[in-house]
Amino acid sequence: MIPALFIGFSLLLLVSGLMVVLHKSPVTSAMFLVVAFCALAGIYILLHAEFIGMVQVIVYAGAIMVLFLFVIMYLNLGHDPEHGATILLRRLIGWIAGALVVLQGAMLFAGRWALGPTSTEAPPLGGNTQALGQLLYSRFLFPFEITSLVLLVAMVGAIVISKGRSTRTPDPIPHAPHAGLQAVLRPGDTVTPPTPPGGGEA
Amino acid sequence: MREYLPVLMFIIVGIGFAGVTLGVSQFIVPRRSSAKKMAPYECGVEPVGTARQRVEIKFYLVAVLFILFDIEAVFLYPWAVAFRRLGLYGLIEMVLFVAVLLVGYLYLLQKKALDWNSPS
Amino acid sequence: MKRLLADALQKYHVWAAEHPDPTFAIWAFIKIFIILNVTLVVVSYLVWAERKICGRMQGRFGPNRVGWFGLLQPWADVVKLFFKEEFVPGSANKVLYSIAPALAIVPALISFSIVPFGPGLHVTDLNVGLLLFLAMSSIGVYAVTLGGWASNNKYALIGGLRSSAQMISYELAMGISTIGVLLLAGSLSMVDIVKAQEHTWFVAFQPVAFLMFMITAFAETNRTPFDLPEAESELVAGFHTEYSSMKFGLFFLGEYSNVITICSIAVTLFLGGWNGPWLPQSLKFLWFFAKLAVLVFVFVWARWTLPRFRYDQLMDLGWKVLLPVSIANVMLTAVVVYMRVPR
Repeated sequence: MIPALFIGFSLLLLVSGLMVVLHKSPVTSAMFLVVAFCALAGIYILLHAEFIGMVQVIVYAGAIMVLFLFVIMYLNLGHDPEHGATILLRRLIGWIAGALVVLQGAMLFAGRWALGPTSTEAPPLGGNTQALGQLLYSRFLFPFEITSLVLLVAMVGAIVISKGRSTRTPDPIPHAPHAGLQAVLRPGDTVTPPTPPGGGEA
Repeated sequence: MREYLPVLMFIIVGIGFAGVTLGVSQFIVPRRSSAKKMAPYECGVEPVGTARQRVEIKFYLVAVLFILFDIEAVFLYPWAVAFRRLGLYGLIEMVLFVAVLLVGYLYLLQKKALDWNSPS
Repeated sequence: MKRLLADALQKYHVWAAEHPDPTFAIWAFIKIFIILNVTLVVVSYLVWAERKICGRMQGRFGPNRVGWFGLLQPWADVVKLFFKEEFVPGSANKVLYSIAPALAIVPALISFSIVPFGPGLHVTDLNVGLLLFLAMSSIGVYAVTLGGWASNNKYALIGGLRSSAQMISYELAMGISTIGVLLLAGSLSMVDIVKAQEHTWFVAFQPVAFLMFMITAFAETNRTPFDLPEAESELVAGFHTEYSSMKFGLFFLGEYSNVITICSIAVTLFLGGWNGPWLPQSLKFLWFFAKLAVLVFVFVWARWTLPRFRYDQLMDLGWKVLLPVSIANVMLTAVVVYMRVPR
């Protein structure tokens, strides 16, 4: 049963990972990545790491991918025209990376790399979460406190990037765009666009 | 381990239900489409401009801050579950962690990064 | 006749003892099937109840034409929704357009698998049950985001954007407000949390957290006073402007299932689950449903009583009030638990 589930989740992960790369539309790629993360969460749960599996869905699939989608969908970055040299360089890097992956795959199958623990022994009493809590806040305290500093840096960085270092007037709330004027215009009318209320459109 | 099986079954059953509902509705729905019906809806007038417009950077900031505070919440879960075994040191460690993030949060407030322009 | 029945029951017990795993799987499937059907019926009648209560609060009868007291109204609505013409906007992204309604309802249903309706009456008892609920609400954001974007319609886009930003802002406060309960119960499993409330419900120890959970529940389900993203008077219908027929039906179902799911979780976490006096163990699930009914009524009541928040007020509330208060609540609870627990 468990091997069958593992094979199922791994296939799902591989297929959605491939679709992320192969698909043309970035939004669909992002959604395939979400599916990939959910399959990965399934594999974590099969390894008795239930907390990590759930956190994978909550943080990775539920927060980070939402950020990706926000950026892809809403912050429309213009398309830069590509020159021939960039495409050639990209193809070259792609071929090299592909060759490396094939080489790694061949070596894994030949058993030259250490496979790690192959037995899934019974989980500790109280489950994965409690064990993790006890370990994280005693033996691995230092990395944990450093994480808080990393998060602080990320916070400050995000604010600086989006706000800039000068104080500007804050942006208005996006209002529904106005189309009413179009309905009453007749051919031949000249009109100056009115100042929309509320500070302007998105 | 086997208590996760019902969750998987529920996922499959749920997706199956949604799929069947949508599939059935594809068959029994009348289709009398016209060009007007296919145009995007804009309160009865001709649509002006494209739907793909740029929005403020503030939404990006909301998403990034959500990730950061979500990670903080994720650290709080195993701590809360293992709290009784961690003693005083556990409490102090987490207070330190939250205090550092509180500094970030105060910076956020002071920079007015999440101030939505109120119409006044 | 009775002999035959007793015989069959005996045979089943023997078979079940020898094959524990298939037995578990079959029982789980039966429970899932029951929950799915009961949820769909309850959700439809929640719509009826909302319309009736709304009507009464506005000084009129609700639906009362279709059957006694309009009790057949939900069936009429379902049939109507199935047969309505569906027009997909021409420039919409067809695949994502179809997936979004499914994403609205499937996570809400999955969260039911961990809710303990009564002693022993739960589909499964995960040791990270609460995290499954939070994971499913994280996935629920995608329904709104995709629905708004895939429709290729300005109103839908803005509605979807606002709604997703609102949902993720309030998800934080929701997650953190449940940590107080975790500190008290010491386990993420919903069954353990209910068992820990045998003497006192956690709402007595965590009133602030309960209040915050309910407020964030309103925001997560996009209900008034937080329903600006689908504000009828401002954004047509927000992210589901371009949806019709059963896709809209699924969005609608999804919204109401979400209400019932979140209320069930609130009952489990704060109001003691199936705990209650006077009833024997086998009937304790009635307490659960009574508490659930009260909370759902509060949801409906709030919708038809309160005006809706402006978007900046909404986001300010989420980030500047609920987040610091929930973290302060966690720290305070931790200090109190540390001082009172014998070492």
